[in-house]
Order: sequence, then structure tokens, then C-alpha cells
Amino acid sequence: MADPMKIRAAMAGDKVVVKVLMAHEMETGQRKDSAGKTIPAWFIQNVSAMHNGRTVLNAQWGPAVSKNPFLEFRFSGGKSGEKVTVTWTDNRGEKRTDEAVIS
Amino acid sequence: MNRSRRKALKTSGGLTVLSLAMASGLFPGLAAAADWNKVAFEAKSLQDVVKAMGGAAPAESKDIAITSPDIAENGAVVPVAVASKLGKTESIAILVEKNPNALAASFDIQAGTEPFVSTRVKMGQTSNVHALVKADGKYYYTTKEIKVTLGGCGG
Repeated sequence: MADPMKIRAAMAGDKVVVKVLMAHEMETGQRKDSAGKTIPAWFIQNVSAMHNGRTVLNAQWGPAVSKNPFLEFRFSGGKSGEKVTVTWTDNRGEKRTDEAVIS
Repeated sequence: MNRSRRKALKTSGGLTVLSLAMASGLFPGLAAAADWNKVAFEAKSLQDVVKAMGGAAPAESKDIAITSPDIAENGAVVPVAVASKLGKTESIAILVEKNPNALAASFDIQAGTEPFVSTRVKMGQTSNVHALVKADGKYYYTTKEIKVTLGGCGG
């Protein structure tokens, strides 16, 4: 099981600023190991963020997103104390969901 | 009595292990992401990516801003932020021209979400980086060159 994400959600004026740090290898499928064999690609393909049951961001990623990906986005309509949920799915079908409370 | 209870525990334990294994993706392919635009992620150029997304020739726009360092020391971690001032921005994509596949990431902007995203991408070498924005059904882009001193795709 993958390590939990670090999620910070904070109010900035009337907007919620969400910063997410995911723990993932993000292997490109381009690199070779010491034996010369290609290391198979392994990366997050889909990311979605929900707030109050409403999707606020959907993303599709390729292997060119850096290892242990960072993501920042902002949305309006949130209040402190409410929750933001972030889910990712990788190309192996592995999934991880974490949530944070807006401060 | 105790025996049958144990048996029951054993059986349910086995089932849990199986469902756990499925949840953690030991059976890849079963849960393959359906909404991942494979064609776009395999495209080599801005034009091909736009085509794969179902659009026509993108227009250059000054209302899109790429925020990133001009020179990135480490190509494996290049911070890139894109902000769009175009009305009705529907999606934002980040492309690295000289990477093996141009498209790095694409974001759907929902109503109420600011047309701004910030992330970190890998760059194999010094390259133009495009921010592609779909606004009101049309595609727009802007370009910025980011110099890389150390490539991010090496072994």
C-alpha cells in the first residue's frame, strides 16, 4: 500500500488553497536497470479532488510528472472546517484516498 | 462449537485477504483507468496532443501565464505553474516539447475552481514548455523555454 498523501487546505481570502504531496515512484518506462532491462512504467494516471461531494479538480497525468508529485490548486465555495478529499489511481490500478480539513 | 467458530473465522479471514489483494491492485488491468487519454499522452507534438483531445489548431494567447524558473538545475523536478485569464477555462495541460511524449499533465477545471494549477514535471533536456488551455471550446497556448542543466530522464 502506498504511503499517505500530505494534504494542506487553507483559506486565502474567499478561496481554498490546496497543496498535495503524493508518495509515488512515477517511473517513466524510459529508464533501464543495471542489467539493461527497461524498468516498466509505473505512474499516477488520474487524480481527483472532491469537496462536499462535488468534484473540484480532475487531472490526467503522464509519466513526466515528477517523482513524489506535488499539486497545488485553488477553488472557491469552501469554508474552514470542511473536508477536501484527494484520490489518485496509477497505471497498475492501485488507488489511494486521503482527506484534509480546511484551516 | 468452538471448532465451527474457528472455521468460520478462517473462511472470513481468507475472503478478507482476497479482497485486500484486489483493492491493493495485485490484479492489474481489472481497475485500469478508463478516463485516461492514451492517444494524447503518446503524442509527440502540441498539434498532435490538441488533435488527440479533439480540438483544432490552437491559437497563441497572451492570457496564459507559465510561472517557472528560466533555468532549472535539476530536470527531474521542474516546478511549473500555469494560470489562465481566458474566460470559461475548461482545462489546462502542460506539455514539454522535447520529452519522449510531449504531454505531461492535463487538468479539468470545474466551475468554481480557479484556472490555475501548479505542479512539478520532468524534463529530459532544455526545451520549450507549452501551456495548453481549452476555453469556451477553443484551444489556446503559450510557450516558455526552460533551460535544463541536468536532464531528468537519465538512469
